[in-house]
Amino acid sequence: MPREDNYILDMQNITKIFPGVKANDNVNLSIKKGEIHALVGENGAGKTTLMNILYGLYEPDGGQVFYEGNKINLDGPQDAIELGIGMVHQHFMLVDPLTVTENIVLGNEPRSGLMLDQKTAKREVKEISDKYGLFVDPDAKIQDISVGMQQRVEIIKTLYRGAELLIFDEPTAVLTPQEIDELFEIFRSLKEQGKTIIFITHKLKEVKTISDRITVLRNGKSIDTVNTADVTKEDVAELMVGRQVLLEVEKTEAKPGAEIFSVDNLNVKDNRDIPAVKNISLSVRKGEILGIAGVEGNGQSELVEAITGLRNVESGKVNLRGKDISKYNARQIKREKVAHIPEDRQKRGLIMDFDLKENIILGYHDLEPFSKNGIMQYDNVAKYTQDLIDKYDVRGGGMEAQAKNLSGGNQQKLIVAREFSHDPEFLIASQPTRGVDVGSIEFIHKQIIDRRDNGAGVLLVSAELSEVLSLSDRIAVIFEGEIVDVLKASETDERELGKLMTGSKSEAGGESNE
Amino acid sequence: MNNYSDKIKSILTDLGLSLLSIVVALIVGTLFIFLTDKSPLDAYSALYIGAFGNFSAIANTLWRSTPLILTGLAVALPFRAGLFNIGAEGQLLMGGFTAGVVGFYFTSLPAFIHLPFAIIAGMFVGGLWGGLPGFLKAKMDVHEVIATIMLNHIAIALTINYGINIFRDTGRPATPRIMDSAAMFNFKNIMDHPFLSKLPFAELFAHPAIRLHINFFLALAAAVVLWYLLFKTTLGYEMRAVGFNPDGAEYGGINASKGIITAMFISGAVAGLAGVGEVLGTHFSFMQGMDAGYGFTGIAVALIGQTHPIGVILGGILFGALAQGGLEMQFSGIPSEIVMLIQALVIFFVAALQVFKVYLAKRKAKGGVE
Repeated sequence: MPREDNYILDMQNITKIFPGVKANDNVNLSIKKGEIHALVGENGAGKTTLMNILYGLYEPDGGQVFYEGNKINLDGPQDAIELGIGMVHQHFMLVDPLTVTENIVLGNEPRSGLMLDQKTAKREVKEISDKYGLFVDPDAKIQDISVGMQQRVEIIKTLYRGAELLIFDEPTAVLTPQEIDELFEIFRSLKEQGKTIIFITHKLKEVKTISDRITVLRNGKSIDTVNTADVTKEDVAELMVGRQVLLEVEKTEAKPGAEIFSVDNLNVKDNRDIPAVKNISLSVRKGEILGIAGVEGNGQSELVEAITGLRNVESGKVNLRGKDISKYNARQIKREKVAHIPEDRQKRGLIMDFDLKENIILGYHDLEPFSKNGIMQYDNVAKYTQDLIDKYDVRGGGMEAQAKNLSGGNQQKLIVAREFSHDPEFLIASQPTRGVDVGSIEFIHKQIIDRRDNGAGVLLVSAELSEVLSLSDRIAVIFEGEIVDVLKASETDERELGKLMTGSKSEAGGESNE
Repeated sequence: MNNYSDKIKSILTDLGLSLLSIVVALIVGTLFIFLTDKSPLDAYSALYIGAFGNFSAIANTLWRSTPLILTGLAVALPFRAGLFNIGAEGQLLMGGFTAGVVGFYFTSLPAFIHLPFAIIAGMFVGGLWGGLPGFLKAKMDVHEVIATIMLNHIAIALTINYGINIFRDTGRPATPRIMDSAAMFNFKNIMDHPFLSKLPFAELFAHPAIRLHINFFLALAAAVVLWYLLFKTTLGYEMRAVGFNPDGAEYGGINASKGIITAMFISGAVAGLAGVGEVLGTHFSFMQGMDAGYGFTGIAVALIGQTHPIGVILGGILFGALAQGGLEMQFSGIPSEIVMLIQALVIFFVAALQVFKVYLAKRKAKGGVE
């Protein structure tokens, strides 16, 4: 039986078993009508599985779902949509060359004869966007509008299909700070109009800002449901991880030494042969962390690839300890005691089909004691791997397990273990905690600070502003391939960085470009 | 550590599934046998007896599997390095032709020089024929599928259309018969051998119908060498890294060119050895039609063997058994078309199983947690 009348959704004792994993283990989730309910948990806690059950994508192995008081059995997303359940996916399901209006009505088009009734469609879209304050240009093509706008289109699409309960799967992951604020405005306006929102995230600050209640999942179980007003961020983190977590990075003042790394007037092109890095000059000193803040796609990836030997340098210099390494390949640069945590661990950082011990030597596999005279010394590798997975607490099946079977956090720890174990003097960390759970974030941050305190220079690239702010000693803001400004981390904040990241000049001025 | 038992379990599951798909293929095959007036039971017992019914049959199954194991390996190794070698056919022809020419051209070499020389020359030329597309791929990004297909055509023109005509001495479309000093040891002659004849059960081999020759054991050795190369050497590590994830390998500082060229050269040499064996051990001359499509069947052998060298041995023996047993089926009155059809069905179902397994693996990944 459903619990009370004011619950729009009541999921009771949901169990879902995948081969070898209990993804959901007697999970309970009750959502009140008209609330913003945050569903939080680490990667692999079972959030997405639970929502996929609610959206009709998976059939549960046990438990019951009540929607507006009635027990429901969903055969597919179409059933969920008809009931008024809408989902805004993390990866948008939009057709790029079509207009906003066409995308919204796709699948439920008003027709005149065989043709799409453009007028009616546009009118209906406008009605919805006016009602909820979701302003979009109905005639713009999806490929021409920003990610934030595309997300609005997704929201309008679910509303157009009559959604009363909207599920948002990590909606802020792709947004700038300003866009996040705007999204939360939309949340509030949806709530005023009586809609109910389930908000999946692992960012605690957002949970505190916007949600009314919070349900925490851990290891496939529902741990607790709490009123947001009654708890602190630290409380929620503890519920998620099962132990106390340090949310704030603890670090002492940097003691920068001599310059170890610099780039001078660097120019790099992207895959389409368009300049992506334009005349960038930067310098990193021993014992300091230089953060690069910027909205993704503003040249950070190309910059990092160029200085790690993975992309051609068009012009300019890359200096390591005063030596120009712009012509070096990836192997040569690694041998200069440069460590690199790549932004995409699945594409670059790991060979997903290799096991842990094969992955943990990638890039060092031809050196002793891992290889002698061209023959792999897997006994030595095994010992080394066991040491590192103990030291860095990499969990998920031991050294014979394939990397693809690890959670994102453990994959990242594996990379950190590999890169930090060869005593790097210069460290490039690109999105080091993307898609990583709270516990692992804490660990990875601590490792980076440790490296800095051991005298390594660190170049940190992250789309996560709070990460850049809390780890860096200095912050360079990148916009459209250029460094807009370099600021002291202690003298700036998210507001100012957010503005610089979108191209507006700093009012404060900050420290001038070196 | 239960990883070891896990590994054995998954190998056994693989084997079981392969057997299951063979059984399914045979059941479907009965439908076609009903088109003739023979009973499926008779047909299949003929197939089995033909392939494994007695010692000679088993020996000849292994004989027929020899070139298939080698071409299977020639496809499997580059596959692990992310390359699709369609060129085993051409590499086999080039290797076989070279061995055939060396075999008859040098008339006064002692056997202990002549035979190894012919084998190595054949493997080397096969290796060049594989290494060339590898080089083009590594240095100029020429797609290896196109390059190897084109080199197949060139190899056919060079050896069969042109080469044979330079050297042929009779009306037969073949190069002259090789010297005895270049011939591979045939087991039917075992009683003439000073040492091997002393082995227990040696007389079992001394049957005029047995065509098994020493190249089968060279094929087994090649499989072991490739296994060692892939899984125990640093170069093998790099090849597999490139094969699984070229971007990740690049990040790891691995020079993909070296692995690509080496893998293609070695695979060309191994395919060349298939041709060498056919020339020096089976036909004693390079003749038109001796390739019998082994290079292409090798693709199926490699896939059925999961591109693992040891799996390829089993895949090669399966195909060898179908070929050898198929003959017996024909003798029992099943038309050769039906025999080929049943062979094709077995290949089809075993290959379909591979696709099914990939699908299962994908679904499992999709069904996983988050």
